[in-house]
Amino acid sequence: MSVPRFWREIPNRYNLIGTKCGNCNKVFFPPRYICPKCRRIGKLEPYKLNGKGKIISFTITHVAPNGFEDQAPYALAIIELDEGPCLTAQVTDCDPNQVKIGDRVEMVFRRIGQDGEDGAIYYGYKAIPA
Amino acid sequence: MRKVAIIGVGLTKFGELWDISFRRMITEAGARAIEDAGIDGKRIDAMYVGNMSAGQFIRQEHIASLIADQAGLTPIPCTRVEAACASGGLALRQAMISVASGIHDIVVAAGIEKMTDVLAEQTTEALATAADQEWEAFVGATFPGIYALMARRHMYEFGTTEEQMARVAVKNHHNACFNPCAQYQMEITVEDVLNSSPVNTPLKLLDCSPITDGAACVILAPADKAREFTDTPVIIAGTGQASDTISLHDRLTLTGLAAAKKAAELAYKMAGVGPNDMDLAEVHDCFTIAEIMAIEDLGFCKKGDGGKVTEQGETAIGGRIPINTSGGLKGKGHPVGATGIAQAVEITQQLRGEAGKRQVNGAEIGLTHNVGGSGGTVVVHIMKRGD
Repeated sequence: MSVPRFWREIPNRYNLIGTKCGNCNKVFFPPRYICPKCRRIGKLEPYKLNGKGKIISFTITHVAPNGFEDQAPYALAIIELDEGPCLTAQVTDCDPNQVKIGDRVEMVFRRIGQDGEDGAIYYGYKAIPA
Repeated sequence: MRKVAIIGVGLTKFGELWDISFRRMITEAGARAIEDAGIDGKRIDAMYVGNMSAGQFIRQEHIASLIADQAGLTPIPCTRVEAACASGGLALRQAMISVASGIHDIVVAAGIEKMTDVLAEQTTEALATAADQEWEAFVGATFPGIYALMARRHMYEFGTTEEQMARVAVKNHHNACFNPCAQYQMEITVEDVLNSSPVNTPLKLLDCSPITDGAACVILAPADKAREFTDTPVIIAGTGQASDTISLHDRLTLTGLAAAKKAAELAYKMAGVGPNDMDLAEVHDCFTIAEIMAIEDLGFCKKGDGGKVTEQGETAIGGRIPINTSGGLKGKGHPVGATGIAQAVEITQQLRGEAGKRQVNGAEIGLTHNVGGSGGTVVVHIMKRGD
């Protein structure tokens, strides 16, 4: 992939910047550019999430996709953030076999993967036990 | 709006077809359907072809032109439609709408995927493009991973077990034994599934549908002209399509597909029937948990009971509501763009009474359920034996 494709998402992925609708106060992460509820009367502004939440489902990935082979087996989870939105992320810094639904986690900045052998290293968020 | 009938069906063998090219597969399926309909190719007015990703799998886009060309059907309009693994169901729906509208009379709805011309990891990567590239695949999610997240939550909320999921695979492999087009005509046991290698816990290798080459084709005509071609027309009585968020994490629930419920509601309403009227269904069992969620979403059992009714044999041939008599995606194979059309081929053969050893006795009405991605697109069709 081209560098701009990673680069343009840096604020969102490095600092968990989502968006918040000024009309209904709903918070979105990943960011949305239209509020699905308020539509044209919605006013979306950047909003920083605090990165704390809980696991609502998880899986241990044994067959990893290209670029993630060296990380397997890794836990992948859907995490509900305290502000409301859910995201998909790896759970790290723990034994993946100990991960459970309901666990409190915190999002941290980590290396995610690499775009082929000579490609860009890209970064973003992973969850760690809180 | 005109009533629409299926007057001919054709399938290639499903499997790893190393000696058969994309263009040969689609022409084979098409020729079989044309022969089955007993129709002159010159009467075909238009084609709709479901295909997920010829660009990634064989580095060929613009396949609508290629297919019209290879079929010897230029200059008729040929349109490719794409909705990941629901591409075939969507092609059927578009073809049906074009006949119902009166724009065209005889229309081909086809589906094809040639998946084994690239390495297995490239296939997995290509399939993952049906998920959200920026916010799912980017963090290391694959399709088995996304369905595993649904499975884990289903187990947590409803007590569904890995054994119950395994029974979906065992049943579908059993049915595939009676389908000469199926990729896996072999029995497996619950132990085989439970002992197969982990892919994404709780899903193991034998919980997952395979990588498959295949093509499928049906020919549609206005119902009032169908008898000109066949004594056993099958009427498409209902069609429904719905969308949902592309990412699983943006949905209100992980344990069912809202788009499947909506598409089914629309199709049932159009056909004037309900789930209890169905004699059988072909559902999108890309993973075993997907069949369990499908039978719940379609109203064949209570929410959360999908695993239990599977275990009790209610979804087997001879059970209360036979599911995936063809072998499903698990046993018959899952050439993604062809799957939605292949489901319609199976229901047509069942309603005509031509399904051989897998025949559901007296089948008069059936349903197809075709899912794109993790449920971002769902297409449901209801088919009835013609009067």
